[in-house]
Amino acid sequence: MLEIKGLKVKLEEEDKQILKGVDLKIEPGTVHAIMGPNGSGKSTLSYVLSGKDGYVVTDGEATLEGADLLDMDPEDRAAAGLFLAFQYPVEIPGVGNMTFLRTAVNAQRKSRGEVELTAGEFLKEVREKAKSLQIDAEMLKRPVNVGFSGGEKKRNEILQMAMLAPKMCILDETDSGLDVDAMKLVAEGVNALRSEGRSFLVITHYQRLLDHIKPDVVHIMADGRIIKSGGPELALEVENNGYADILAEVA
Amino acid sequence: MALAKLKVETTDARLSGVVVPDGAAWSNAVRADALSRVRQMGLPTKRDEYWKYTDPASLTTAEPSSAALFVNDEGPLFEAVDRVRIVFVDGVFDAGASDDLTAEGVEIERLADAIQTDIHWAKDLYGVLETRGQTPVERPLAALNTALATDGVVIRVTGKAAKPINFIYLHKDENSDAMLHNVVKVEAGAEVTILETGPAAARFSKMLEVEVADGATFHHVRAQGRDHERRAVTHCFARIGANATFKSFTLTFNGVLTRNECILEIVGDDSVAHVAGACVGDGKDFHHDDTVFVTHDSLNCESRQVFKKVLRNGATGVFQGKILVKAGAQKTDGYQISQSLLLDEDSQFLAKPELEIYADDVACSHGSTSGAIDETALFYLRSRGVPHDEARNLLTLSFLAESLEEIDDAGLAEELRDRLEAWLARHS
Repeated sequence: MLEIKGLKVKLEEEDKQILKGVDLKIEPGTVHAIMGPNGSGKSTLSYVLSGKDGYVVTDGEATLEGADLLDMDPEDRAAAGLFLAFQYPVEIPGVGNMTFLRTAVNAQRKSRGEVELTAGEFLKEVREKAKSLQIDAEMLKRPVNVGFSGGEKKRNEILQMAMLAPKMCILDETDSGLDVDAMKLVAEGVNALRSEGRSFLVITHYQRLLDHIKPDVVHIMADGRIIKSGGPELALEVENNGYADILAEVA
Repeated sequence: MALAKLKVETTDARLSGVVVPDGAAWSNAVRADALSRVRQMGLPTKRDEYWKYTDPASLTTAEPSSAALFVNDEGPLFEAVDRVRIVFVDGVFDAGASDDLTAEGVEIERLADAIQTDIHWAKDLYGVLETRGQTPVERPLAALNTALATDGVVIRVTGKAAKPINFIYLHKDENSDAMLHNVVKVEAGAEVTILETGPAAARFSKMLEVEVADGATFHHVRAQGRDHERRAVTHCFARIGANATFKSFTLTFNGVLTRNECILEIVGDDSVAHVAGACVGDGKDFHHDDTVFVTHDSLNCESRQVFKKVLRNGATGVFQGKILVKAGAQKTDGYQISQSLLLDEDSQFLAKPELEIYADDVACSHGSTSGAIDETALFYLRSRGVPHDEARNLLTLSFLAESLEEIDDAGLAEELRDRLEAWLARHS
């Protein structure tokens, strides 16, 4: 599904190397988690994959089902099946959540040469999906993320993910700012989307989220590289002992 | 003090050979007074402080510059709204294209007829509110309109108007120079919505004088036309009584020069006065100026000024807004915000926000900003698959939303929003 080879990235504004050679291969239908201390490059990886400005790829490649991601505009990456759930979803006053969702869904369909959804079809689908995430009609009508609580914003991200039905989902610290109940609700939303053809990359600081979204593979990232990969037990090890042991082990 | 030479020359050239429409004694008197005030003040030049950001030269020449007619496939606005249509073609009333000038709760009359009547209620308003609005800032182009306006309507609202009144200004002559003057008197407890649409003329001077009596409600929604080469100066003078509501919103597309002056005087307690505007301009020859003056002279009133401008490819936007709180106007709540979204580095926004307060128990705030598209929000939308231009247009609408929210009628707001969306799509 997603394959990253020797990816090196620096900031555009200053000569600072953030990613120093990342290798990662995610098979269809699997859930990978990336953990790591602050500043290790986890969020940068998610931004570079989804096409945010401000980064320069100095070496390496990233492909989605064989297609070169790094060469595409962000909207084309989305249409190709990539989705990033933001750590801090953006508030957009004056644009209704529904308008936004419908614009996004239809833009992607158009880009893939599919027929756009009618208002009726769209409404039916969005209502169904919103319900399971406990997003009510009122929230759908409000401007995008404006006045939403932390939990509502993250649920809204998952609703977008459900509507856009991407192949490769990246969740950037989706658990940040969530209480236990809100996290469970979000995790259930994600789990409902797990399928054979869809992969996930879950970026998190804590094991907690991984209790609810069970990963197949866990990677530890430090100083711009993936320094260790393993099964779910690796997350537990971090939870119990912190990163110090692992960092010492590879140093 | 003698007027500057340029001012005298400009004024003389403009007034040379003008014809003052003849009417009843009161009308002739008010027009003669206005004409003498124009001579006394002199017409504005770019050296005037109040015209520092907008060159009035093309508004004061004897002959107008021509303006090509703008054609696109958009139909007229507000077609689905049940309203009384009052059509002016290049500033001349067109009875055939207009509806019957009748609706429950309102009395509508042509200005040309009203000024022939010896005793007419309009006598107390025509040129009267304009004259009051000449202090503390002189507005000679408004006096010129009072003196020379050839057409318009006078409307008395006696109850809740059964439907909105829509002034439709059609532009069919590339060299037209139109001068309209409308008067609206909203009697105590009455309510009306005035709609104004269309590009009007190559050069357009238009005045609206409004009296909002105690407990009355006045809604005003205007969409200024899309002709690229048109020029317009408009004035709205309103006097607002107690427990009254005044709400005005203007949407402006295109135009070489638009100067919209809105002068509000709140004289009764517990009233609300909102004036808002959104404009979108594309190109170096776009110049749009909102000049607002709100005077609080009573207790416990609220005023809001909300102006948003989207400027691209070298367009210029101007905002001059003032809140004057007179001594004794306690518990005044005044708010003013003017913002521009500059879509490139060639465009500019010039703002002069002012507060002048002589009461000690008031809450007044003002803010003015210029900014570019929020890159984080743009990335957010694009990451969801929305193409760059479409995402930028959505964020542009988002920027304009606060001003559109000033329109109480959701249907009217939605229609204007759709027009904005279409404009943005055409200019992507």
